[in-house]
Amino acid sequence: MNANTDLCFLTIHEALASLRRGEVSSVELTQAVLDQILSVDNQVRAYISILPEEALAQAEAADQRRAEGQNGPLLGVPLAIKDVICTQGITTTCGSRILEDFVPPFDATAVARLRSAGAVFLGKTNTDEFAMGSSTEHSAFFTTANPWDVERVPGGSSGGSAAAVAAGTALGALGSDTGGSVRQPAAMCGIVGLKPTYGRVSRYGLVAHGSSLDQIGPLARDVEDAAILLSCVAGHDWRDSTSLDSPVPNYVAEMKAGDGLRGMKVGVPQEYFIEGMEAGVEAAVRAALDEMADLGADLVDVSLPHTEYCIPIYYLIATAEASSNLARYDGVRYGLRVNNPDMWQTYYDTRQSGFGPEVKRRIMLGTYALSAGYYDADYLKAQQARTLLRRDFTRVWEQVDVLACPVSPTVAFRIGQKIDDPLQMYLMDVFTVSLNLVGMCGISVPCGFSDNMPVGLQLVGPALGESVILRAAYAYEQATSWHAQWPVDSRQ
Amino acid sequence: MPQLTLQEVEHIAELARLGLTQAEKETFCEQLATILGYVEMLNGLDTEGVPPTTSALPLSNVMRSDEVSSSLPTEDALANAPDADADQFRVRAILE
Repeated sequence: MNANTDLCFLTIHEALASLRRGEVSSVELTQAVLDQILSVDNQVRAYISILPEEALAQAEAADQRRAEGQNGPLLGVPLAIKDVICTQGITTTCGSRILEDFVPPFDATAVARLRSAGAVFLGKTNTDEFAMGSSTEHSAFFTTANPWDVERVPGGSSGGSAAAVAAGTALGALGSDTGGSVRQPAAMCGIVGLKPTYGRVSRYGLVAHGSSLDQIGPLARDVEDAAILLSCVAGHDWRDSTSLDSPVPNYVAEMKAGDGLRGMKVGVPQEYFIEGMEAGVEAAVRAALDEMADLGADLVDVSLPHTEYCIPIYYLIATAEASSNLARYDGVRYGLRVNNPDMWQTYYDTRQSGFGPEVKRRIMLGTYALSAGYYDADYLKAQQARTLLRRDFTRVWEQVDVLACPVSPTVAFRIGQKIDDPLQMYLMDVFTVSLNLVGMCGISVPCGFSDNMPVGLQLVGPALGESVILRAAYAYEQATSWHAQWPVDSRQ
Repeated sequence: MPQLTLQEVEHIAELARLGLTQAEKETFCEQLATILGYVEMLNGLDTEGVPPTTSALPLSNVMRSDEVSSSLPTEDALANAPDADADQFRVRAILE
């Protein structure tokens, strides 16, 4: 029982307003959220590590700074960080035994930027091992529960971050998205998740999974919070040569400027409403399209003919990049080492003990796709198909401003339901991977319920189209109340 | 559906320096064949003359000025080493 759950369910912009008015201190706010963690995290299990003392010290420092007349875009706001993002001096496990004791000697750029914006860090959230999964069931430590129904997964791989925001155990969080890992858990937990354009947020300090696909993105209670967090972490970083040297707008101002959805051309890709998707999910998304039309959007049917190839392309490219990136876990510079008198056997034993089944599966798949005899037929073919997929979108962006479609073909599934069938698990990513392959931005916003579980609407924009998708998402959100609903159990 | 032999699975594991139990090898034989069977759908796609996409960004050769600046202290760099000695990572001998 937590007496201050109202504080725990504040949005970031509400909390900032209260902090600025002096109605609440960061210490009170942070203590309320820590109490909520004590009260519900034994069931939800969103956190791999919780940092009560550090968080309260940061909150105290934030209150002190505010008392001295200082300000900061997130001064005193308690947040959670996915455990694949490096935090100086704080264990960063990636949900893996191989990094169980890894303490980064530096902050990821995104973390450093939140720190300088004044944020308070509550802890590190659970993830599928090395962000490889759609449910958190592939975490080496435990599975996070969905706060709406603890028998179900929260989605993944940023399932810990999504569950924490939904359960009132963080006001917002950072996740990472290689094939949908921010948007899908956000949809499944009834919150907002944004995958920025490739290069919009520095990947420095984000433990590498698929380097041409990875992006850090915010998980939040509403669209405005996502815009605030994105404004803080976006921008060029010389430490990441793929980060874009493009000015960062004030996303909150851009989101509120203009006419909302009025006159906006919203493309509806026919290939994103497929046979076999959950009827309740399709109904909720179709109702959201109607709502957007009522708000003045001009709905346009569009076609993305190479959509059926997205999963094959993604799982060849992502696993190839992962198998290469994970070669670094050799037991020499950091992480687990299983000693053997023979040098080669030390590598085999270290990687056998350190990696879980999904990571091994992906290393095997990626190594196969890159190996002599298969490289042209698999890896190169996938990269060529990636070009065709990109051309699909180039054509569509000549016709529309944003695309609207589902995030996931189903709501959150039951824990254990798909764990023994990797291909079925991969097919869950069918509506999200294209954005990563093409490098576009997308946001998931709550748009209803199916089987009493939240459904997400995905709004997709072209590269650097964050302002447009935020504007569309904000207009939709302001006209609906889905984002204001929270899991009942967490509020007791 | 493509067949994958136990020998092929062992060969891939060797390329990846990944130790696998007999049970894991057998599971991967079956699971990888299923997944590769699904991705075979790409064979039906005409990609003749299509250039590959390696990155979503139109970037090449990102340069920065080469200036001397501070870097990670040796002590910090070694802090996570499974074995270190005299400011160096300690590993198994490669040569006798």
